[in-house]
Amino acid sequence: MLSKKQLLTRGILDVAPHMLSVIPFGIICGAVGIELGFNPYLVYGLSIIIFGGASQIVFLQLLSGGASALIAITSVGVINSRHLLYGAVLSEYLEKLSFIKKLLISYLIVDQGFAESNKFFKKNKTEENLYYHLIGTGGTLWVCWQIATLTGIILGSFVPEEIGLKFAIPLTFIAIVVQDLKKMDHVIVMFASGISSLIFFNAPFKSYIIIAPIIALLVAALVLRFKK
Amino acid sequence: MSWLAIITAGIITYLMRMTMVALVSKDMLGDKIKLVLAYVPSAVFPAIIFPGVFINDYGTFIEMNDPKIFGALVAIIVGYFSRNVIATILSGLFSYWIIIFIFNF
Repeated sequence: MLSKKQLLTRGILDVAPHMLSVIPFGIICGAVGIELGFNPYLVYGLSIIIFGGASQIVFLQLLSGGASALIAITSVGVINSRHLLYGAVLSEYLEKLSFIKKLLISYLIVDQGFAESNKFFKKNKTEENLYYHLIGTGGTLWVCWQIATLTGIILGSFVPEEIGLKFAIPLTFIAIVVQDLKKMDHVIVMFASGISSLIFFNAPFKSYIIIAPIIALLVAALVLRFKK
Repeated sequence: MSWLAIITAGIITYLMRMTMVALVSKDMLGDKIKLVLAYVPSAVFPAIIFPGVFINDYGTFIEMNDPKIFGALVAIIVGYFSRNVIATILSGLFSYWIIIFIFNF
């Protein structure tokens, strides 16, 4: 049995390597907001109130491009709807928590934290207090994200876009799924998702980001049927 | 006006994080659903990876000889064998930078 402190530490260590991409992306997020001419408090407010990288940039870009608030809000909602899937996966492990704790921990669920904690949960199903691992991953991401976007806001236009740090984002997710390339069923699902995301890339409100996973999960259901 | 929009977007985002965690109990998800949910990482993350590699900042497809494709392939190979997140990210970034800066692509 691992103690709460050990679980928390494991969570922090498991997600720490992803800061290589999260911190540069956070700096870019802050800098883009300032370059688009937004009030610094507003740009930073997004990091606390929404706390979701890609959706924050899209929100600011849409508003600065003259889109209505309704369109910007809808886009954020669509982009972040994938968290419904993360919640469904994690619910099994967080079931024993009190309602209040569930409400609090939900705020910390983001992509990399979900990915790393879910991997840990699958291997350590019998551990008690598993949620401390999720606090470790989510808390680390939250703190680093706040510092990074603030840094970007302060540096503003000093942040060069040309060196292509945005490319670190797909790389961080490659690191998350690459071991599943060993399993044929997962490879099929991954390609179904990836190819769908390219086909639907121009769908309104960036909805490719939820259309592609839904298609891929339908493919997964088919794959499961053939596996039997 | 903008603040109201941010708060609305924030509440919607939070509700989507919270709904499934707070309201779904074990018995509500059947065994088949659980089996399918095991594929969520493989179903979601490629939808972030593929556009990040194959589509440029202007929303159009990149050329097949774009350095991002090379960087992604190096990252996949290094990641597969090293099982190390830092090595995966850095190998991808450096191989991409080498082509951009040294060969002035």
